[in-house]
Amino acid sequence: MAYPKELKYTKEHEWVRVEDATGDIGTIGITDHAQQALGDIVFVELPKPGADITAGKSFGTVESVKAVSELYAPVSGSVTAVNEELNTTPEKINREPHTAWMLKVKIKDKGELASLLSAGDYEKFVAEEGK
Amino acid sequence: MSSTIATSALRKTALNPVHRALGAKMVDFGGWDMPVEYPAGFNGKPGGLIQEHMAVRTAVGLFDVSHMGDIAIRGPQALAAVQHISMNDASKLAIGQAHYSALLYPQGTFVDDVIVHRMGEDDYLLVINAGTREKDFHWVRDNTRSFDANVEDVGDKYTQLAIQGPRAAELLQKLTGADLAKIKNYWFAHGTVCGLPNTLIARTGYTAEDGFEIYVPSDEATSKRVWNEVLEAGKEFGILPAGLGARNTLRLEGKMALYGHEISDEITVWEATLDRFVKMDKPEFIGRAALEKQRAGGIRRTLVGLEMLDRGIARDGYKLFDEGGHEEIGYVTSGSPSPFLKKNIALAYVPPHFSSLDTNVLVEVRGQKLRAKVVPTPFYKRAKKA
Repeated sequence: MAYPKELKYTKEHEWVRVEDATGDIGTIGITDHAQQALGDIVFVELPKPGADITAGKSFGTVESVKAVSELYAPVSGSVTAVNEELNTTPEKINREPHTAWMLKVKIKDKGELASLLSAGDYEKFVAEEGK
Repeated sequence: MSSTIATSALRKTALNPVHRALGAKMVDFGGWDMPVEYPAGFNGKPGGLIQEHMAVRTAVGLFDVSHMGDIAIRGPQALAAVQHISMNDASKLAIGQAHYSALLYPQGTFVDDVIVHRMGEDDYLLVINAGTREKDFHWVRDNTRSFDANVEDVGDKYTQLAIQGPRAAELLQKLTGADLAKIKNYWFAHGTVCGLPNTLIARTGYTAEDGFEIYVPSDEATSKRVWNEVLEAGKEFGILPAGLGARNTLRLEGKMALYGHEISDEITVWEATLDRFVKMDKPEFIGRAALEKQRAGGIRRTLVGLEMLDRGIARDGYKLFDEGGHEEIGYVTSGSPSPFLKKNIALAYVPPHFSSLDTNVLVEVRGQKLRAKVVPTPFYKRAKKA
C-alpha cells in the first residue's frame, strides 16, 4: 500500500493530515505498516474531545488480538473530535489505515510539523527498520 | 536494527523457508523462529489470526509444530521410568494410546506438561514444549538413570504437523490409507501418509477441536512436500495455514495450559486444576509426596476463567483486585479477545474464595480497574459427534 503524499509521518508509525485552509486542524491515524505489524485490530482507547495531547507522548492505545501498542502524538494540540466508529469497527484500521482516522486536533504549534517525515522518507525508514 | 545476531541464534524448523515464502509474520517463540500468522492470499482467502482461528473452529487449519520436542524412552524398564517421572498412570496405556501428563519437581510444581504415547511394549514417546526441550531432556535423563531404559532426544528427527478442525479427518483421509475413523481421540496409528510409509498419525492437538498430528521426516524437501500436499488437499475444505497466534487463542478458549503461564515451576498441580491427570493411587512418582501434603493442607490459589464485563482486554500478568478495588487478589496468566466467542476472556489465579461462578473481580488495565466475572471453563467446548 502506498503512503499518501499529503500525510506527514512519525517514526512511531502515526500519520497526520492537515487539510483545512488555515492549517489549524490535524487529523491523526496509524500507518499501513503499523496495522500490518499489529495484525487484527480489536480495540482502540482514545482521549475525549477537549483533552490535550503532546507531540511524542502517548495519547492512547491500540490493541490487536495478540498485542497492546501505545499511540504517540505526531503534534501537540487539543482534541476536537474522536472517531467513535472505531469503538465498534476497529478493524477499519486494518482495511483502510490511511483513511480510518482516530483524532482531530487543533494544532498548537504548526512548527512541529516540520520535524515529521514525508511519505518518501517514511517509506525509506520502514524499509531500513525491516532489515 | 541489531537483530542479525539474535536472528541467527534462533532455531528454525525445516519449514522455515516455506513460512517465509508465504509471507508469514515471524516471531521468536521459546528460541524458535516461528510463524505467528499468515497474510491474506492463500487460496484467494483473507488471512490473519482471526481468520486462521475461525478456519480451525469451522473448517480446518494446518500448523507447523516441529518446534515441539520429542523424547523416546525405551527398554525393559521403560514403563517404570515413565511412571517415576510423570504424574499420570502410564500403566493404563495400551499400545497405540496416548495421554496428557506432566513432569513434576519434588515440590509438586511443573517441569513441563507432556503427551505420553505408548509406541510399543517397552517403548514410550513424550512430546514436550519447545521452550523447555533441553531442560526436559536433562530432567528425564538424570531422573531415570537407575532404570534399565534408554532415553533419547528425537526432537530433530521429525517435522510435526497439526491438522486441526472439524474437516481435519476428511482432509487427512484423502492422503492416507490408514482408516482414520478407527483412531479415537488420544489414540494413534502408523500408516502411509503422502506416500511416506509408517508415519505416526495421532488424534491429538492443542486447539480444543478434532484433529491429527503427524510426524514426518524432518528433511526440508519431505517436510515441504507434505506441507504443500496437505494444503492442496485441504483447499476444498477451506483450509488455511495457521500460526502460533491462532494456536494460542484456540488453546485459551479450550482452557489448555501453556507452560510459563498457567503452569510453571512455581505452580502446583492442584492450583492448576489438573487434578484429573494426576494419579495419586500410583505408589510413587516425583512430586507425589509434596502433592499429598498440599492436598491435605488446602490450596492458596486456583485457576479460574474470566470474562470482561467492561470494555477492555485483560492481558498476561495484569493484576486482579476484589470487587471493592482494595485488595490485590491475583493475576492473569493468559488473556485475549476470543475470536470465536467474540468476548474478552482470561485465565487467572485467585484465592479459592474468589473462584465461584459469577464472582465479580476487577482487572487492572493500564491503571484503570475494569470489571470482570468468573465464568465456567473451558470457554469453548466442541460439540460431541452423535
